[in-house]
Amino acid sequence: MSELHKLTANQLKQEYKNGKTTPQGAMQALLERIEKIEPKVKAFAHLPERCLAKRCQAPLTQKIDRFEVPGTFLHGIPVAIKDNICVKDELTTCASKILEGFRPPYDATVIEKLRNAGAILFGKTNMDEFAFGSSCENSCYYPTRNPWDTARIPGGSSGGSAAAVAADEVTMALGSDTGGSIRQPASLCGVVGLKPTYGRVSRYGLIAFASSLDQIGPITKDVSDAALLMNVIAGHDERDTTSADVAVPDYIKSLTKNVKGLKIGIPKEYFIKGIDPEVKSAIEIAVKVLTDLGAICKEVSLPSTEYAVSVYYIIATAEASSNLARFDGVRYGYRHQGEASMIDMVANTRGDGFGAEAKRRIILGTFALSSGYYDAYYLKAQKVRTLIKRDFDEAFKKFDCIITPTSPTAAFKIGEKTSDPLSMYLSDIFTISANLAGIPAMSVPCGFTKDNLPIGMQILSKPFDEETIFRTAFTYEQNTQWHTRKPKL
Amino acid sequence: MKYYPIIGLEVHLELNTESKVFCGCSTQFGSAPNSQVCPVCLGLPGSLPVLNKTALTYALKVALALNCEIADFTKFDRKNYFYPDLPKSYQISQYDKPLSKAGWLDIETNGALKRIGITRVHQEEDTGKLLHKEGVAMSLVDFNRSGIPLLEIVSEPDMNSAEEAYEYLTRLKAILEYLDVSDCDMEKGSLRCDANISISTDPKKLGTKAEIKNMNSFKAVRSALEHEITRQTGMLSEGSRIIQETRLWDDNKGITLPMRSKEGAHDYRYFPEPDLVPFIFSSEDIKKVADSLPELPTARRKRIIEQYSLSEYDASVLTQDKDMADYFEEAVKLYNKPKSVANWLLSDIAAATSSTVGIKQLNLSVGRLVEMLKMIDSGVISGKIAKDVLAGMIDTGKPAAAIVKEKGLEQISDDKVIENAADNVLRENPKAVEDYRSGKATALTFLVGQLMRHTKGKANPAIANKILIKKLGAS
Repeated sequence: MSELHKLTANQLKQEYKNGKTTPQGAMQALLERIEKIEPKVKAFAHLPERCLAKRCQAPLTQKIDRFEVPGTFLHGIPVAIKDNICVKDELTTCASKILEGFRPPYDATVIEKLRNAGAILFGKTNMDEFAFGSSCENSCYYPTRNPWDTARIPGGSSGGSAAAVAADEVTMALGSDTGGSIRQPASLCGVVGLKPTYGRVSRYGLIAFASSLDQIGPITKDVSDAALLMNVIAGHDERDTTSADVAVPDYIKSLTKNVKGLKIGIPKEYFIKGIDPEVKSAIEIAVKVLTDLGAICKEVSLPSTEYAVSVYYIIATAEASSNLARFDGVRYGYRHQGEASMIDMVANTRGDGFGAEAKRRIILGTFALSSGYYDAYYLKAQKVRTLIKRDFDEAFKKFDCIITPTSPTAAFKIGEKTSDPLSMYLSDIFTISANLAGIPAMSVPCGFTKDNLPIGMQILSKPFDEETIFRTAFTYEQNTQWHTRKPKL
Repeated sequence: MKYYPIIGLEVHLELNTESKVFCGCSTQFGSAPNSQVCPVCLGLPGSLPVLNKTALTYALKVALALNCEIADFTKFDRKNYFYPDLPKSYQISQYDKPLSKAGWLDIETNGALKRIGITRVHQEEDTGKLLHKEGVAMSLVDFNRSGIPLLEIVSEPDMNSAEEAYEYLTRLKAILEYLDVSDCDMEKGSLRCDANISISTDPKKLGTKAEIKNMNSFKAVRSALEHEITRQTGMLSEGSRIIQETRLWDDNKGITLPMRSKEGAHDYRYFPEPDLVPFIFSSEDIKKVADSLPELPTARRKRIIEQYSLSEYDASVLTQDKDMADYFEEAVKLYNKPKSVANWLLSDIAAATSSTVGIKQLNLSVGRLVEMLKMIDSGVISGKIAKDVLAGMIDTGKPAAAIVKEKGLEQISDDKVIENAADNVLRENPKAVEDYRSGKATALTFLVGQLMRHTKGKANPAIANKILIKKLGAS
């Protein structure tokens, strides 16, 4: 049997071009792979259907030799979609009971763009309910497993997308990132994940967690694939007024193997207590690799870092409490039956339909917005958010990008942190600031622990300067071998 | 002890933009339930609002016409509460940075001018509508109304009588109609008004207020306030305490009844709407809208008084209704007797209109009216007969000439015909003839009336008069 499931999108396109295989062949290989290993990984909330080919407009069985036309960028490339992105007529449930059976009557903008680029929509991936979590354990279906060690979590909330890509169940995937939900699972699963600048990718059709922080982004097997997928999904959208009307460069052109003279800041606040020594040392070695390639790496200070987690859990939960208020059982999804009054129906629908973490965050956010507390919490948090952003503005006056670990530890065991929400929240300590500041950040594989668990390096840059991230990440990747390792499943 | 009513009004106005405020759905009234909806106005997960620029321009127009200060920075906020007609479980509204504040509107009661403060004008979205079927233990929701642009126009508590409130609403409606931003139809719900009223023994202090809802016409607002003033004054003079509450007006019974007590204010947990970027008005933006404002009622009234030498009263009534004033000015262009046109408009024509049928809906084009007025001038019909002709025109939509012909209403100016009629009248009324000759001038009026009766009102009154005098003097 061929190894088509292992190929990156760029490699697969080459195979198509050479006439060695067709999209039909690639899908076949992936479906066989899923059949074999999905019971172990549980990456999907809703599996790609076998009859999926019928719905793809692209010809699937012919030789494809032209990828230059925009409509063929992803021709025949299977892409898995996180379950919080609306796909017309397909189950889109945010891994929540409250959205049981919900099939949106419309496509998210990114889905339209994928369809127009000829991609094959390949299943909906598992996640923490409404993206609330860092372990994929808060799914109403089942926890997803880390392909490198199925007793461990894959990270979250886009754990399904990261695990599916890492386990070669799909070629590439979309995730969403509110506080690290793309980068942390990418790091823990040994794949590439990019959270673009806030406003770079349309949020239309992404079921909101925290509207001022959410961004959709790629999770891929390597940096080139991330650039390819970004070329398709980035850009201004009239349906999302927070999407920026800023020209989108060709990210593939920024894949140059050159970091000579690149100024990289290493924030000292990211290397203190709680960080796993193995992670710390992997990052130090990665920085050394980049230095050897000609980058200038220096220490930088981001003094407001210590407030990021607190600020995040006020702003994100406040917005979430309002965003999730629409799930009341009146119009769609789950409705608790048997009540005589409207108020009881809404209360019991929400009581029964939301999981524990969703309820915890709704209550936190409701409290933060309540009259008498608003100034002390929400307003104060917004002010500190501005300080965090200013730290980065200052740092980027001197540096082209910043490098940190993506996560303080490698993947932890399933169940290890479920009883301690605070320690779970700290999994995102290095990723949250990028969302608060609205800046782009990517996680790239940069090593393994002695237990053979992947470690990720985070690269951050100025707003709308994903190109510097691509350049740095690609140069690093091409000079290391981490991205070529595969989990044994 | 003297009691002072203190009244503030909150008006919700549906703007007549073609599409909704945050999506492209139609705002057409009266369509089949849930036929004008999309993911955005249904609040489906993942959908996002995009502000309709026309709605914003309309809001600016109203704010400027009400002399408000326009904010240089404004934003939308979410007002959070659960209700089945509110699909997102929050309403996009404006909280601490409304697009405008601190305006005013002048009203006039009993000949005295009074300035009523406008606290703020802000933009928000309408909710859906619950439909209750009698005898069925469930409600249905129609989301066609969800997302229709609303303006909230809040007045200062500057009114002290039901009459002032009525006058405020009348003036406000006139301005809104001149701006052509809303149908202003209370029955259809495109203009809604809630009133806050308290009674105080100190005119400078507010008493405990009641909020009155469910009034479907300006008259209902006035009646409800009159009722409420009596009720609250009665309670206070008995020494009872007024409780802060919302009361519903029952138009049939003519009373207000308590709805729900509102001791502690609702916590709507307002916060800035993260899905819409805040915006900043430049002075050019504001100037552009200001320059586009049409002539408003006050200015028009002044001009009409000067230009056409109408009385203050006539001009004021004419300009209160934009269509009426437009009609007037068009008619005067074709027929340069402003006073005569105004008289017809303010008497017979105004009487034919109602709250639902305005002058535009009457079967009476300006051209047709002018034709009729010219027929009076040329003596074809008398002024008295013209009233019947006008009624016929409005009833049938036919031109004056056709009505006159059909009903045989031409004025009789033929001396011979009138002389015959006069002879008959004189023969039949010897007593009146005698009276007249013995110096009782009023007898002539009676005889003219009799002559008109004989000719079914068609005799030219001037000729009839002349002939009667001649004949009475002759024998």
